[in-house]
Amino acid sequence: MQAVLSGDMPRSKILALILAGILICLALAPFLFPGVRTVDTAARICVFIVLVASYDLLLGYGGIVSFAHTMFFGIGAYGVALASTHMGRGFDAIAVGAAAGALVAAALALIIGLFSLRVRAIFFAMITLAVASAVAVLVSQLSGLTGGEDGLTFKTPRELGPAFKFGDKLFGVKLNGKLLAYYFVFFGALILFLGLLRVVNSPFGRVLQAIRENDFRAEAIGYRVVFYRVAATCLSAAVAALAGSLYAVWLRYVGPDTTLSMEIMIDILLMVVIGGMGTMYGAVIGATLFVLAQNYLQNLMGAASGLVEGVPILPELLSADRWLLWLGVLFILSVYFFPTGVVGRLRQGN
Amino acid sequence: MTAAPEHAPKMAQAALADRIAPYMPVLLVPILAVLGFLAIPSTSSWLTLTVSGLAMGMMIFIMASGLTLVFGLMDVINFGHGAFVSVGAFVGISVLLMMGHMVEAPSLMLNLTALMVAVVGAMAATGVMGWAFEKVIVEPVYGHHLKQILVTMGGLIVVEQLIIVLWGPEEIYISRPEALKGAITFAGAALEKYRLVAVAVGLVVFALMRFVLRRTKIGLIVRAGVQNGEMVQALGYRLRLVFIGVFVAGSALAGLGGVMWGLYQEVITAHMGNHAMILIFIVVIIGGLGSVEGCFIGALLVGLMQNYVAFLEPKAALISNIGLMVAILMWRPMGMIPVVKAK
Repeated sequence: MQAVLSGDMPRSKILALILAGILICLALAPFLFPGVRTVDTAARICVFIVLVASYDLLLGYGGIVSFAHTMFFGIGAYGVALASTHMGRGFDAIAVGAAAGALVAAALALIIGLFSLRVRAIFFAMITLAVASAVAVLVSQLSGLTGGEDGLTFKTPRELGPAFKFGDKLFGVKLNGKLLAYYFVFFGALILFLGLLRVVNSPFGRVLQAIRENDFRAEAIGYRVVFYRVAATCLSAAVAALAGSLYAVWLRYVGPDTTLSMEIMIDILLMVVIGGMGTMYGAVIGATLFVLAQNYLQNLMGAASGLVEGVPILPELLSADRWLLWLGVLFILSVYFFPTGVVGRLRQGN
Repeated sequence: MTAAPEHAPKMAQAALADRIAPYMPVLLVPILAVLGFLAIPSTSSWLTLTVSGLAMGMMIFIMASGLTLVFGLMDVINFGHGAFVSVGAFVGISVLLMMGHMVEAPSLMLNLTALMVAVVGAMAATGVMGWAFEKVIVEPVYGHHLKQILVTMGGLIVVEQLIIVLWGPEEIYISRPEALKGAITFAGAALEKYRLVAVAVGLVVFALMRFVLRRTKIGLIVRAGVQNGEMVQALGYRLRLVFIGVFVAGSALAGLGGVMWGLYQEVITAHMGNHAMILIFIVVIIGGLGSVEGCFIGALLVGLMQNYVAFLEPKAALISNIGLMVAILMWRPMGMIPVVKAK
């Protein structure tokens, strides 16, 4: 157990229980909650755990704010989509697309990092915001290559589609390619997450934390701050791209709205902060809570808005479309009062 | 005892490159204009594009100047600055719509009065909002960049959503005041009246700002505060009050910029501030964080670049500005006019 978790134990009984619960639910999702929508939610949670964990490597461990994480996510997704479109369906196309996406993302992160991080870490936030918006615009303009606003629909290998059957029912669940696709996403996400856990608990991760706490002192001790920060950026970008590839394999579609939009960036920020910055487990909890809330809380808000009908303004404040408003408020409050997030609270309570 | 080495002054003049270096940022604007002139085949379209580029640059400058000053003075980076742009635009345009009869009248005086009322209303609204924003959102996170970025981003989301609650989610289309519609023809080029007004307003704001910063006592304190805040406080000035003043003024300017930007685009959405932030950030970075002059030059460069490239190759417009930023950061990593901090 120690070896699998790289020595980073949950250090709180409640946290350990919650994490185990999430792991079991996700591992057995198609059997515990059969249904198209629930399995889709579970796959989304898996992908976002990796995406948020890779962002946490940057924000929570490196202390660098990036607004281009969806861009890297999108590069991975488009990589798989373009490879599958041009090479034909097959696992080789997925592998080539994912590898190319991760490489391009890392290279882009290297360039942005070298330009901004050597001057001030704060430049990085501004430059990533500008570059990410420019790339999002470019993707929707280059419709010949990327399908523009409509995005690309492509075919994954036959083995991952619902038409492929490899047996009869097991516990009442059809054994088809969709199930395999889910486990492809699940194990992919699990491996990437454990890999990230390994990275942050390695000496490299320790140095990153030292830089976050006091970059001047870290430099004085003899660590090359720029090198470490840029390396963290590249690594985080590559993992985000791989998460994007997983998402593309699951959806069999990529489009600007599902991978590149600013709203997803804000979602990621919220997930990291709510779960807890600076711990990988925060990503798990943040992503799970958030995706569940996104899927189910909106209905609740719609109901609440129906209840207060007739009162001025209140219905609009509570309508399901305005849930970003309340998330924003929650976000500000959690940065002020719970900067360590859910995980930090649970660990503190111990 | 050895004799002192002979004093042998070199009378050679500094190389041309060294003498030009301090003025280089200012020279970049005409250089870019000349490059545009060479690239664009027709003189009249070049003139039209240059004016619209300058107008765009002036508007970006008005929006960005507050951000750069706030950073210079208190080391606070406000990612929510775009919220003031949006709020300014919505308040200003609402006022204009309320005074519809004055806006549609063909009289210049009536139009300008309506416009003035709208601008004052927008600036007052965003000024008050800036004060509240500073108190509620920014104050608790002084000296902590990471939290500042996160919290101000959260503030931006909340304000954007509140705009949607108050004004509805649809974009609002507007038309410019009657007297500012259309264009005048000069040397065969059509110059839109509104753009000329925008250039004039931008120049006035810049001149006023320079005057306040260079010629008044409050400007002296602000500039001293940018260089060394602790020392200014030690001399007995309450820098905190100065800072709030600058924050409010910067927010009000962003509101003014928002009204102008909204009338320029002739459509306003809750997210317009966030979109404007992209150009604002590019401008602030290439100008040098904290430098008003750098911000002005950067804004003109970005405006011209955007218009020239959009004419020559529409798809590359936004990318060209990123390219401009990269080029300038390669040349001067801290921006064109880096702010020297006495630390």
